[in-house]
Amino acid sequence: MKFKTFAWFVGPSIFLMLLFIAAPLISVFLQSFYVTQPVFESVEVETCTPGFLEQTCVTEIKTRPILDDAGQMVTQTSYVGLQSYRNVLEPARAWEALSNGNISSLLTIDFWKALRFTLTFTLVTLPLVIIVGLAIAVAVNNASKRIRGPVIFISLLPFIITPVIGALSIRWLFIGDGIMTAFLEWALMRDISMFAQGWTIELLMLFYRVWHVAPFAFVIFYAGLQTVNQDTLESAIIDGASRWERLKFVIIPHLMPLIIFISLIHLMDCYRAFEEIIGFSSQAHRISLQWLTYDLLTPDDSGNRSISRASASAMLTMVGIVILLIPLLRRTWRDHKGA
Amino acid sequence: MSTPRALRQPLSLRLASAGFLGFWCLLAAFPIFWIAVMSFKTPIDAFASNPLSVIFGPETRAMGNGLSIIDILLGVAVLYATVKLALGWLPGACKRFAPGGQVWLGWLIGVIGFALGFLIVFFGILPLITGVLNSLTGPLGTKILGLSTEHYKAVWIENQFYDNFLNSLFVTAGVVTISLTVGTLAGYGLARSGSNLAFWILIIALIFRALPHSVLVAGYLPVFINSAEILKPILGENAPTLYGQPLAVIAVLVSINQPFTIWMLRSFFQNIPNELDEAARVDGCTHFQAFRWVIMPVMWPGVITTGLFSFLLAYNDFLVTSLLLDANNQTMVPAIAGYFNRETTTTDQVEAVAAAVSITAPLFLLVMIFQRQIVSGLTAGAVKG
Repeated sequence: MKFKTFAWFVGPSIFLMLLFIAAPLISVFLQSFYVTQPVFESVEVETCTPGFLEQTCVTEIKTRPILDDAGQMVTQTSYVGLQSYRNVLEPARAWEALSNGNISSLLTIDFWKALRFTLTFTLVTLPLVIIVGLAIAVAVNNASKRIRGPVIFISLLPFIITPVIGALSIRWLFIGDGIMTAFLEWALMRDISMFAQGWTIELLMLFYRVWHVAPFAFVIFYAGLQTVNQDTLESAIIDGASRWERLKFVIIPHLMPLIIFISLIHLMDCYRAFEEIIGFSSQAHRISLQWLTYDLLTPDDSGNRSISRASASAMLTMVGIVILLIPLLRRTWRDHKGA
Repeated sequence: MSTPRALRQPLSLRLASAGFLGFWCLLAAFPIFWIAVMSFKTPIDAFASNPLSVIFGPETRAMGNGLSIIDILLGVAVLYATVKLALGWLPGACKRFAPGGQVWLGWLIGVIGFALGFLIVFFGILPLITGVLNSLTGPLGTKILGLSTEHYKAVWIENQFYDNFLNSLFVTAGVVTISLTVGTLAGYGLARSGSNLAFWILIIALIFRALPHSVLVAGYLPVFINSAEILKPILGENAPTLYGQPLAVIAVLVSINQPFTIWMLRSFFQNIPNELDEAARVDGCTHFQAFRWVIMPVMWPGVITTGLFSFLLAYNDFLVTSLLLDANNQTMVPAIAGYFNRETTTTDQVEAVAAAVSITAPLFLLVMIFQRQIVSGLTAGAVKG
C-alpha cells in the first residue's frame, strides 16, 4: 500500500486521536503549572451602625473580587511552577508523617489516601479475578454442552452491566436492613452496618470488581481451553499425571499468554477505578486516584472548578500508568523485532 | 462416542464442579434479578429484611396492585410466544417484506413494528382480558404476587426520564456510527500496511487506551467552557460553547474509543485473506473500491462486534458525560446519580432502583441477541496475542 493511500485510510482516526487525546494531554501538562484565579482588590470600607448620641463607625479592609463592566469576575492566569503539585501531594505534611512513622496521618492527605486505595484495590483483585475466571472456565468446560449456552449468558451479565449500576445493585442488597445485611446479621448473630466504616465498604468494592471482571477472564480462558493440545493431555495421562498435575503442568502453561494479557488489561482498568466510588458513595471513606481528579473538576459549592490542581493530580496519575505500561511496551517491541 | 475410562471423572469431582458453577450463576444473576424484583414493590416491601416479603410483596398487594395466577400464566404465555415469534418468524418476514431489497430497512421497520405490537398486546389488550377472567374464576383470580409499576411511572413520566433516554440514544447512536466509520477505514489501512509507521501508530494507540478518562476531561473542560471566546476569531459571532453539547461529547467519546476500535477492527481485518484484495486490484479496483465492494461485505461480523463494544462504552459512560453535559441534556447513567444522592425517602430509592432497571433492560436484550458476537469480540484480541 502506498503511503498516500495509507494516509487517506488512517487520516481521520489519527486526526481525532491527535485533537482529542494528544492535544488535551499537552494542555493538561501545561495547565498544571498555571493557576487561574479571580483578581482581588483590597478596599477600605467604613461601616456605621446607629448608636446613642453618635454613630459607631468601624473601618475595615476588605478583599473583594474585581468585577468588569459586564459584572463578571476578572480573572488572571499566572505561572506558579510546581505549586499545584505541592497542593496535591502536600510533601511537608507527608514527610512529617513518614518521619514519625505515622501512616494513618499520611493517609489523611487525599492524594496518598487515593493512592493507597487504588494500589491495594488493583493488587488484591488481580489474583482473585484470574483464579475465579479460571475456575469458571474449567467448570464450564467440564459441564455438558447443553447448559453451556445459558451459563455463558448468565456469566456475561455482570460484565455487560453499566458499572455504576452494577455497584449500585450490590449496594442495594446491603443498604440499611437489606436482605444480605439481614442474612449476615442472622448468620453472625451481631449487628452489622456495612456502610458505617471504611473497611466493609472496601470489601464490597473488591467483591464488586471481581464480580464484574471475572466473566471477562472466564470467556478468554474458556476460548483458550478449547485450543489445549489433546495429545499432550493424553500423554500426561499415560505418564500417570493426576488431574491436578495436568492442570498445573499442561493447561496453565498453555494459558500463560492469556493470563498475562488479562493481568495487563486488568491492571490498566483497575488503576482507573472510579465507578465503584460513585456507586457505593464511598467518598467519605475510600477514594481512588481517578475520582480525586473527577472531584477537583466538579464545581464546588461556590461554583469554581480547581482546574490546575486537577491537572496536577491527573499528571501524577499518569506516572503510574506509564510505570504499568513499560513491561507491556517492551514485550510488544520485542515481538515486533522478532516478527 | 464414550469417554475413555481414564478421562472419566469421579462423582465427587463432577458434583463439586457443577455445584461451583451453580453457585457462580446464582452470584452473577442474583443482584440484577433482585433489583428487578425490588423495582416493582412498594418501598416497605422492597427494603424488607425477609426475602419472601420482597418477592411476594404483601404491602404492595394490600394496596391493590398485584397479579393472580391467571395473570402470571397468560403473561408468561404471551412472553414465550413473543420470543418464539421474534426468533422464528421475524427474521424471515423482515427479509421477505423488505422494501426494494433493502434488508436493513426491512429489519428496522420489522423490529420497531414488532416491539410496538408487543407493547400494545402486553400492556393494552392483556390487562383487559385478565380483568374479565379474574372476576370470573374466583380463587384462581385472587392476587397472590404484589406488583406495582408506580415507580416506573414516576421515573419515566413525572421525572421525565425519557429526556435522558433520548439523550442517551442520540449520544450512543452518534458514537457507534462515527467510530465505526472512522475505525473501519483506519483498521483496514493498519491491517494491510506492514510499515513501521503503522506499528508506531498502534503502539501509541495502546498507550492512549490506558489513559484515565479524567486526565483527558481535565484537558477538555477549560477549553469547552470558554470555547465561544476561543473560537470567535475563526467562526465569528455564532461560535458555540461546546460545554453541554451532546455533539461535543460524541466527538470526545469517539476519540477516546478510537484506540480500542482500531486495534479490534485491525485484528478482524487481518483474518480476511490478503488475496481477496489482490484479486480485486487485479480486476482494476482502486484500494478504496476494493475496501468498499470486496472487503466490507465479508467484514460485517467484525463490524457488528466492534459496534457492540462502542455501544457499551458510550452507553455505560459516567465520567465524561457527567462532567461535559449540563443538567438540560444529561444522559441516563449520570442522571441516576441525581436519584441516589437525593435519597431522602425510601420512595426515592425505589425510584432509583426502577431507573437502574430501566437502564439495564436494553443491555439484557443486547446480551440475549448478540451473545456470540460479544464472546468472539472478547476473544479476538486475546487469543491471537
